[in-house]
Amino acid sequence: MKDRVFKGLLFAAALIILMLTAGIIYVLIKNSLDVFQTYGFFGFIFNAEWDPRSDSEEYGAWSFIIGTLFTAFFALLLCIPFSLPVALFNGEYFKGRKISSVVGSVVDLLAGIPSIVYGLWGFYTLRPVVIQLGVNASGFGIFLASVVLAIMIIPYASSLSAEFLSMIPDTVKEGAYSLGATRAETIWHVSLPMASSGIVAAYILALGRALGETMAVTMLIGNTTNVPSSLRDTGNTMASVIANQFGEADGLKLSALIGIGLLLFVITAIINLIAKFIMKKLAAG
Amino acid sequence: MENITENRLNNQEDNSGNEPILVLKEVSVSYAPGKKAVDNVSADIYPNTITAIMGPSGCGKSTLLRAINRMHDLYPNIVTSGDIYLKGKNIMKMNPMEVRRMAGMVFQTPNPFPTMSIYDNVLAGYRLNGIKLKKNEKDEIVRKSLTAVALWDEVKDVMNRRGSFLSGGQQQRLCIARALALKPEVLLMDEPTSALDPVSTNKIEELLLELKKNFTILIVTHNMSQAARISDNSMFMYLGDLVEYAPTKQMFTKPKNKKTEEYLTGIFG
Amino acid sequence: MKDKDRDKMMWSNIKKRSAKDKIVFGAICFFSFLSMIPLFLIIWEVVSKGYKNFNWRLFTQVAPSSMDALIAKMSGEPIPGGILNGITGTFLIVGLAVLFTVPLGLFVGIYLSEHRDNKFAQTVSYLTDLLQGMPSIVIGIIAYIWVVKPLGSYSALAGSVALTIMMLPMVVRSTEETLKMLPHSLKEAGLALGASYTDVIFKVMVPSGFGGIFTGILLAVSRVMGETAPLMLTALGASVVNWNILEPTAAIPLLIWDFYNDPNLVDIIWSASLLLLIVIFLLNWLAKIVARKWKI
Repeated sequence: MKDRVFKGLLFAAALIILMLTAGIIYVLIKNSLDVFQTYGFFGFIFNAEWDPRSDSEEYGAWSFIIGTLFTAFFALLLCIPFSLPVALFNGEYFKGRKISSVVGSVVDLLAGIPSIVYGLWGFYTLRPVVIQLGVNASGFGIFLASVVLAIMIIPYASSLSAEFLSMIPDTVKEGAYSLGATRAETIWHVSLPMASSGIVAAYILALGRALGETMAVTMLIGNTTNVPSSLRDTGNTMASVIANQFGEADGLKLSALIGIGLLLFVITAIINLIAKFIMKKLAAG
Repeated sequence: MENITENRLNNQEDNSGNEPILVLKEVSVSYAPGKKAVDNVSADIYPNTITAIMGPSGCGKSTLLRAINRMHDLYPNIVTSGDIYLKGKNIMKMNPMEVRRMAGMVFQTPNPFPTMSIYDNVLAGYRLNGIKLKKNEKDEIVRKSLTAVALWDEVKDVMNRRGSFLSGGQQQRLCIARALALKPEVLLMDEPTSALDPVSTNKIEELLLELKKNFTILIVTHNMSQAARISDNSMFMYLGDLVEYAPTKQMFTKPKNKKTEEYLTGIFG
Repeated sequence: MKDKDRDKMMWSNIKKRSAKDKIVFGAICFFSFLSMIPLFLIIWEVVSKGYKNFNWRLFTQVAPSSMDALIAKMSGEPIPGGILNGITGTFLIVGLAVLFTVPLGLFVGIYLSEHRDNKFAQTVSYLTDLLQGMPSIVIGIIAYIWVVKPLGSYSALAGSVALTIMMLPMVVRSTEETLKMLPHSLKEAGLALGASYTDVIFKVMVPSGFGGIFTGILLAVSRVMGETAPLMLTALGASVVNWNILEPTAAIPLLIWDFYNDPNLVDIIWSASLLLLIVIFLLNWLAKIVARKWKI
């Protein structure tokens, strides 16, 4: 009797996850229906106008979608030359050694720092540097936001990649050494190709992080409504426009912001599922 | 090289005036300070022979084999001392990369590169060493190497499949072909059949007898009957020492050392 | 190609290749080292700017108004006030979220570890992954629609609902993975002794996996501790200490956001950040110790 109640409770708990997810998708769609009906699905997505003034009210997500993709992909690009060496350091060169666990822990702590503290650091320390570099006059913009984002996602990309690299059997690597290859050649011709799908999955997950990151970006990107065309431009991401404008929003504008939230949810969900799919396939062999 | 004579094979027959191709002089390997896995081993190995290295597990036989292509250099805590001459050159003073090209290695478990095709696996040594070849040269090497391991007919139509697509025995033959492609001076084999079924094992043994015509082979094995079947000379190692080194026939019929006899008669091992 | 030519080619490139190998190794060490620098820079900045105001006042007084801070500044005195309302708010919101998350996450984790091949469990597992990757700002929107709108007010409850949605997948995963690592014989031994299924789970399995489960909870708490975006849409913030879960409530990250937007209050922004970092790093450290101590 007790067991049946308990098993029922376990099932109910699992059911809550199902209902929670269904509920999330339902409320996002329901509360953004207004904006999608007003402009049409593609009309909302591909429209770069965002004008909340009541006499010329018009909402489109395009500039934020481009701002999001621009910053996230540039951040991903910037993070590779740092996260890949960390992955090789921990998963190949110093695999299983004390120093790799030290480096691993230090880099992982980067993931623990709150987004808002990254924002402060970016504002007070990096922004003057960016101005000095002459990127633009205010320092705010795609470039600054991407640099900080890149640092934020290093641990996500590196720790998972290191794990996949460390799983490569020594015997295969010894095969390469026995033919006269150097360590670097073994890494390039054997280890990296073998770990490639895992590493790709790690970077896809890191990209997912970058796409949804809110506070640091909000504090650094400049918060302007325009389709950014260069790294010097200011802009807004989907997450930052929600953070900035949700508070005072109502009516169609609220619906538009929730619509952007829905789009962001769909994009990150697809990205994450692709990464998880690759990893599940790897685990299955 | 006068004192090499002391390490001459313990042999009643004359070795037909052959110069040894590989000379081990006082080779020791330790994994930790004071703990020697291989202790002061000296031996001469003659060209176009198969030499089996036997002994109970942990006796240092694989460790000795791996010293010959400087595998221990990959692990900073392993210390190798002594001299090893390959074709008269002291390989302990050479760059390990050169040494490894001259001494081909085949491992316990077949380890073809899983991301490369069969074709690329055979050529891996060239690719890894940064040697550029023309298409017809590549084809030639692949055909010759795979023919030498009797794999050509089985795989010639599936050249672009991954190496891991083959069966275990085929994978091991592919690995041998990969080592042969670089035309090594000696072929070092570390229990190459221990992960294989009897039929594949048989095929590899036949193959080794064929390869002996062109190569010198050192094979570590814990399978005594394998050593008896294919080897010309045998070494018996125990606790890091080279206890006995003699022509296989002689060792299996009249072992000089008591330990060898005990091992061969199955008292321990 | 003749063997001789090949050997010549090999010998001639060996120096270059060895040099390249060393350069690659050096570059990897160098860039790995560079990757650690931001952490130290951030910690340095927060500590060097935050220690001055990191005092008793920080824990005992609420955040100052902009006006008070301005007056203090003009008379050359340090700005008054602390972040008491943020500390209590974070405690309230995160505490409530833990209360919601732990039982639910534990149950779902147990369910998933017990039904590995079942279609429904696999679906739930996929959805957990989906929730885990969900941007925090979207979770903020959800909690706004679910709690703030119906209740007609921003509240600590809404904030903790948002944090619950964030923590849940982490706790589910760590529970599931820990229990999956336990040997199957453990459960069988319990059942063989005649214990009920419920008892085996709660008296054998969960205590055996305690280290992993607790580590997961600690890490989840440290992850949501500094979350700002979802709280902006739900808890909103308050200038006083509030213990009513239905009222708007401050939190440390929310106060940092307020200070950031108000030039007069910038002086205590670093102390607040310092406190946040200390708590988060402590939780991470504790998680590591727990994981090591109760290793399976």
